[in-house]
Amino acid sequence: MRIRAQVAMVLNLDKCIGCHTCSVTCKNVWTSRDGVEYAWFNNVETKPGIGYPKEWENQKKWNGGWVRGADGRLEPKQGGKLKILANLFANPNLPQIDDYYEPFTYDYEHLQKAPLSQTPPTARPVSVITGKKMDKIEWGPNWEDDLGGEFASRSRDALFEGVQKEMYSTFESTFMMYLPRLCEHCLNPACVASCPSGSIYKRDDDGIVLVDQDKCRGWRMCVSGCPYKKIYFNWQSGKAEKCLFCYPRIEAGQPTVCSETCVGRIRYLGVMLYDADRIEAAASVASEKDLYQSQLDVFLDPHDPAVIAEARAQGIPDSWLDAAVKSPVYKMACEWKVAFPLHPEYRTLPMVWYIPPLSPIQGAAEAGHMGMTGMIPDVKSLRIPVRYLANLLTAGDEAPVVSALERMLAMRAYKRAEVVHGKEDSAVLAQVGLNAATIEDMYQTMAIANYEDRFVIPSSHKEMVEDSFNDKASCGFTFGNGCSGGTSDGSLFGKKPQGSVIFVDMPKSRKAKAEL
Amino acid sequence: MSYLDHFLFGIYPYIALAIFFFGSLARFEREQYSWKTDSSQLLHTGALRTGNILFHVGILGLFFGHFVGLLTPVAVWDALGVSHGFKQMVAVVMGGIFGTSALIGMLILLARRFGNERIRAVTKPADKLVSLWILVTLLLGLSTIFLSVQHTDGHLMVVLMTWAQHIVTFQGGTGELMAEVPWLFKAHLFMGMTLFVIFPFTRLVHVWSGFASVTYLSRAWQLVRPRNAALRYGHSQRALAKKAAAAPAGAQVKGRPAAPQASYRK
Repeated sequence: MRIRAQVAMVLNLDKCIGCHTCSVTCKNVWTSRDGVEYAWFNNVETKPGIGYPKEWENQKKWNGGWVRGADGRLEPKQGGKLKILANLFANPNLPQIDDYYEPFTYDYEHLQKAPLSQTPPTARPVSVITGKKMDKIEWGPNWEDDLGGEFASRSRDALFEGVQKEMYSTFESTFMMYLPRLCEHCLNPACVASCPSGSIYKRDDDGIVLVDQDKCRGWRMCVSGCPYKKIYFNWQSGKAEKCLFCYPRIEAGQPTVCSETCVGRIRYLGVMLYDADRIEAAASVASEKDLYQSQLDVFLDPHDPAVIAEARAQGIPDSWLDAAVKSPVYKMACEWKVAFPLHPEYRTLPMVWYIPPLSPIQGAAEAGHMGMTGMIPDVKSLRIPVRYLANLLTAGDEAPVVSALERMLAMRAYKRAEVVHGKEDSAVLAQVGLNAATIEDMYQTMAIANYEDRFVIPSSHKEMVEDSFNDKASCGFTFGNGCSGGTSDGSLFGKKPQGSVIFVDMPKSRKAKAEL
Repeated sequence: MSYLDHFLFGIYPYIALAIFFFGSLARFEREQYSWKTDSSQLLHTGALRTGNILFHVGILGLFFGHFVGLLTPVAVWDALGVSHGFKQMVAVVMGGIFGTSALIGMLILLARRFGNERIRAVTKPADKLVSLWILVTLLLGLSTIFLSVQHTDGHLMVVLMTWAQHIVTFQGGTGELMAEVPWLFKAHLFMGMTLFVIFPFTRLVHVWSGFASVTYLSRAWQLVRPRNAALRYGHSQRALAKKAAAAPAGAQVKGRPAAPQASYRK
């Protein structure tokens, strides 16, 4: 047993309001740079929809993730190592910039400088790549917001597999949900496996998957290897970039920027302990529908004294073991079983999990014919088809999703009975197999969602792993090349040399004497 | 003329090789963030697949052809019973095939690069220099075929082999050897040697990484990097935990980064 710990995330889709605050704060912090204008480490999609980049879930088109061969071994869907090397010259599975969107800004200056004219001046869009005016913006990072566009286009959504989608084309029976997406920081990442230069790696201590910017050579096989299309090619620097799970914040015990700023309080961060020796077997199970359970089996019970003793012996700090016991992620994924991995059929064992959304009851219920299963509404009468959610979260297996939705409905019914009618509804508890204490904990964590319940993040033990004396006066976070900032325009090797950008003002006492 | 021969073919090869090796080393050491293939595929694929494969197959064939053809000692060919005339014929045919492949590939790539607005916009002066330099070198190299087929005895080829072998074995008199070589060969040689000079300053450095990527074949699928310095030296986690327990608070284990620890193997 090789025990590793990871800071994992759960997103409660039932509470996502689609405000894009996570995307915008993430963009401001991480991708407001040249070459990644088009890249959103975090983005929010409206489902049904083809998403960003277009049709990312269609692996027949993009060949992302893993496939299980006849011999039971896994191989990236884009090909084995020889095939990946052979495709270095031209990657047949690489999305084009138009699959994301052509990055643009507007000619705002024209609004101020336009000569007197009959009509008000307009700020025309300008392509960030070519600098030329664009006649029309064809696509954007969130083009399908709130079901924008026609049904024929968004119904290309791969999640309609096995769903009679025509039924949902009319206004009366339409449905929608939001899906915020970021890097899954997988246990079995396909991007790492696809990288010929070995620049992508998973961190041993907290499970964050990172691209070593110095070692990346821009072979771009990770972009096509990742089935979630969450690795982006920086077309200026020529390097791959991805969500870094705000590791400087995580190391300090703070939540990621997307989690911190989430208005709907839908994001949870907590430690998961897992057995690294079980990863390969878990990702290789024959049936795709077994992948959800096989990933659950990789996780270790942080309450188990044997696990605690072994983890301690393997050098996992006590603060991490304590955090694992209190982990909201462990509760939602393993104890209450309301959270699920995103597309387990990609066999990447993702570590950002999702609680499926409840949705309004269909019209029949309003007329008094609401389908009931025992004490709670029948989840089949919810607007979002269960199969649709199952295609997203459990490789099409509906039973676990139904159980999770019923538990969430039961939590509501129980609390309504308690708060409104002042009585304990034990019948509803029995139906979903939960006790009152668990429901109360679920209510506190999922409904009230206090900050300290959502984020249980132990700070990293730098004193154990780094020589901080050597780090003194270093420049901290940079993109490659340590203190040089990574770009060197006009130097020996092509670009201007540039140290870390520090604004130093004159001291107040000297300011009057300075020649400015 | 003899001074120019002496400089260009006796001294300049060493200048070029020195810049090539030490320049590559310096860039790898100091500016690794700038070390990349600089792919433009994201912005526009177009005819990249056809052009790039033709070009790379061609140029790799030419590189290894020149390497083996020029640097294998004449005595080895003689011992193998390969006549000079036959070897020259093979060189002309193989060079012609790979050279044409590289030329067609390069022309397709140039058409793509300058025919597409987006790629044109991100093309740097160094990219233009590299493309045109390789193109001219290729054209000169292919033109020498017309000279070679007029002299099928292989004498000129042996002169060029001797020159190359004298260079790499640090023997003098290399400039004088080249006196009888036609200017077309000399121009091709100059352009070829200068390609090594511009190599470290351009995207050409990705060639090193391309050759290095064969190590991918024997690598584990997954890479896990421990942040712990001691683990990089291969200590077991268990031993480390013991050490941490025994050591006074604040004790550190120093180490420098090494190869990432492999997780599961293929």
